[in-house]
Amino acid sequence: MSLPVLKAADFASTQEVRWCPGCGDYSILAQMKKVLPEIGVPREKIVFISGIGCSSRFPYYMNTYGMHSIHGRAPTFATGLKSTRPDLMVWVITGDGDALSIGGNHFIHVLRRNLDINIVLFNNRIYGLTKGQYSPTSVQGQVTKSTPMGAIDHPLNPLSIALGAEATFVARSIDAHVTHLGETLKRAAEHKGTSLVEVYQNCNVFNDGAMAYAQEKGQRSENVVELEHGKPLIFGRERDKGIRLVGSHLEVVSLADTPVDDLLIHDEKDPNPAIQMMLARMRHPDMPEPIGVLRAVSGVPTYDEQINQQVQLAKTQRGLGDLQTLISSGDTWVVN
Amino acid sequence: MTKILSETGSGKTIHTVSGITVRLCGDSGDGMQLLGTQLTNTSALAGNDVATFPDFPAEIRAPRGTRAGVSGFQLQFASEEIFTPGDLLDALVVMNPAALVTNIGDLRKGGILIANEDGFNDKEFKLAKLDSNPLEGDILEQSYRVFKVPMTRLTRDAVSELGLSNKEAERCKNFFAMGLVYWLFGRSLEPTLRFINDKFGKKLPEVARANEAALRAGWAYGETTEAFGLSYQVEAAHLEPGTYRNIMGNQALAWGLLAAASLSGKELFYSTYPITPASDILHELTRFKNFGVRTFQAEDEIAACGAAIGAAFGGGMGVTASSGPGIALKAEAMGLGVMLELPMVVINVQRGGPSTGLPTKTEQSDLLQAMFCRNGEAPLPILAPRSPGDCFAVAIEAWRIAVECMTPVMILSDGYIANGSEPWKIPDLTHFPRINITHPTDSGAAGGPFMPYARDENLARPWAIPGTPDLMHRVGGLEKEDRTGNISYDPANHQHMVNTRARKIDEIAERVAPQDVYGKTSGDILLVSWGGTYGACHTAVRQCQKAGLSISHAHLRYLNPMPSNIGELLKSFKTVLVAELNSGQLRMLLRAKYLVDCVGINKVQGKPFTVHELVDQIKAHALPHQAEAVHHKAG
Repeated sequence: MSLPVLKAADFASTQEVRWCPGCGDYSILAQMKKVLPEIGVPREKIVFISGIGCSSRFPYYMNTYGMHSIHGRAPTFATGLKSTRPDLMVWVITGDGDALSIGGNHFIHVLRRNLDINIVLFNNRIYGLTKGQYSPTSVQGQVTKSTPMGAIDHPLNPLSIALGAEATFVARSIDAHVTHLGETLKRAAEHKGTSLVEVYQNCNVFNDGAMAYAQEKGQRSENVVELEHGKPLIFGRERDKGIRLVGSHLEVVSLADTPVDDLLIHDEKDPNPAIQMMLARMRHPDMPEPIGVLRAVSGVPTYDEQINQQVQLAKTQRGLGDLQTLISSGDTWVVN
Repeated sequence: MTKILSETGSGKTIHTVSGITVRLCGDSGDGMQLLGTQLTNTSALAGNDVATFPDFPAEIRAPRGTRAGVSGFQLQFASEEIFTPGDLLDALVVMNPAALVTNIGDLRKGGILIANEDGFNDKEFKLAKLDSNPLEGDILEQSYRVFKVPMTRLTRDAVSELGLSNKEAERCKNFFAMGLVYWLFGRSLEPTLRFINDKFGKKLPEVARANEAALRAGWAYGETTEAFGLSYQVEAAHLEPGTYRNIMGNQALAWGLLAAASLSGKELFYSTYPITPASDILHELTRFKNFGVRTFQAEDEIAACGAAIGAAFGGGMGVTASSGPGIALKAEAMGLGVMLELPMVVINVQRGGPSTGLPTKTEQSDLLQAMFCRNGEAPLPILAPRSPGDCFAVAIEAWRIAVECMTPVMILSDGYIANGSEPWKIPDLTHFPRINITHPTDSGAAGGPFMPYARDENLARPWAIPGTPDLMHRVGGLEKEDRTGNISYDPANHQHMVNTRARKIDEIAERVAPQDVYGKTSGDILLVSWGGTYGACHTAVRQCQKAGLSISHAHLRYLNPMPSNIGELLKSFKTVLVAELNSGQLRMLLRAKYLVDCVGINKVQGKPFTVHELVDQIKAHALPHQAEAVHHKAG
């Protein structure tokens, strides 16, 4: 029996999409619908789980199973679901406030457990749904409704946190860079273990253009370096610049006076996240920001696999439990 | 106590008594809990009815020798049916001065006090903040039968040939105390010898030999020392025929969850975060992976609750447990569970509050939290077990209601029944009705699109699970449109959904058995109680009935919704007393719902009710009725 061939439209639910016109979320939704048919998992085997925020409306727009849960906790629902139903493909849709502020604890724990799910973190560096307060990824000095004199907190970098938790798949893409986004989502879906994709997403209402340096075609190639495994880090409109590792730091060099052989070769498979962390720490405007897969380490057992293996092992070693035997075991006595 | 005298071969006298209440106290490192558990099991195996009350400090190693560090274990064993671990003590065993001064007040006049004399020295007096040796002089002797036994020295002597260090040797002194107590109450050494062999025999044979030697030495000391002229015997109790075992509340909850899983054809997913006094349920369940149990020790309480809901969305049996502070953290996720209308069991093993409160002490102060801790109007069923063994049946009932009504259900246990134990008649599991669960595979007879919020006769929505083709649907915390489950901000729809969620829970009352009453269904006084206070309340009512009072007892298992006959019942008595270990939470609910002016008997001391304090209060409330009766007669 051949499986029906699905198209992007088959993944659209009947619900009207209610993001603001021009929101970067539309692009992510479109790429997801485009990529899922290519992955080939039947719709009924896919579950989208989200927290709270603009991004978290995402599950309502997918014709799969879905849960719009509570703020920051999507990874927890995903953990219970995937641990008991490893046959399902589970996606967590979250944002910078949802994953990094209220849900920071769950975010690091799901990553370190390596549950076999995919997390897409829409990073727009602002609270959109609550109308414009600064978020944990807002830049220092950013003036928002809740920071009239500028934000004073140092922003969090989701990739650094993920690498710090030694997540097995860490990537970044950009809403407006649709081919790259689609390919990155596909790589995330194919990875066994927790995959994190940070997506630079423009909030055109409350934080318009905050990441224009990376989103806009005219600026992107100067400000972003696309990572490819086994390839040297080269960027620039003319592909005339590269990244070199000197001692324990990275520097931008001109290919006019530095041979390509001197450039850092990207190794996404290195289990040691040290150099990947250096890449994550490259921030605009001092350095180009990396997009693509920073880290993809295979062969690490997943949480869901192990929790089920222990159950199987116990059943094999001790036989299927018999409750009547259990409650009748140990010291008992008979009353006549 | 009934007393029958007899003589042993060694010229000692044996009293046969109907029951003994004994408390074993020492420093938290002295092994008193082990001693108590062993005496409990041995007494249960002897056919006695038993009830226990372990009482220990929150600190793992509280400052040694201090009053705060005293760990105690109380039990009553009897030849008649009992429901509490007893009020006043017939015997008290103390290992140090701190244990003596903090517990002597509960020893009845003429009761037996056994003190480890070696634990009474200047250093210990200082630690217990005492100026002098409380064993000195004859003050204690004026009220009690005092036995000063140099247990530490005698234990060292007993194990001297085994080559242990002094410290290791002294550690066996709880087994010496155990041997002496066993002699005093005519208990068999066999079950404990078996325990020692099972626990240490293979891994630490020298420890096994030392503990056995200490146990036997304690027994021999009682048998040969002239000071102990008298021992006691408690005959087997007349319990309902059957095979029995001893069971603790948390263990019974764990086993009840296993039974519920089995009866419904599900595998249990138990997600939790460590907290006293609920953690033992996790420890118990994680041993049973071969029953298909998956346990998840989450990063926090919220995650534990979220994971249980996630499992439920996938068609699993999701259960989470905690105590009050943890339940507070789970509240938002529980509200989501109510909104998603997914089945789940939430267990609260209550402890003293507020905040961190009294982690190792018991209280019933989370009833209103269970009712109202969620934002918005988010009702859910609440059940409370009445004794350690009853936890088994309540766990099954909770899951049955959860799946029948597609709702989270809360179980309110408490520290007293969680750690307490009683003989439990082992049930035949084939007699339990199955819990039927259907996961739809199509959108229903009418065809058309799948309606995730259509409802059956219990107002439950269909439990369609991922993996089922054509039933893809989205659930979430936003208000749902009736039937379709789509997001809806429509005012009339919201009213309808709030009403429907409430009605779904309320109508459970029509399907559960009416509230039973111990005693007549009308009269002067009705004592209402719930949860772990059953034993004390039941015993108090029995005593008051024997004393001629017109009193009945209604002990609630279903706290939300309450059985449908409760209102009528309350109105059939002149006075309604509500006894609970809080400041009047059930009373508030009864007054609000039934407009009956109930009177509270309340205690918030981290301790269970004693029978005599309940009897005193009941009798005080009975006085006006008795006066009235006299007046009627006179008139």
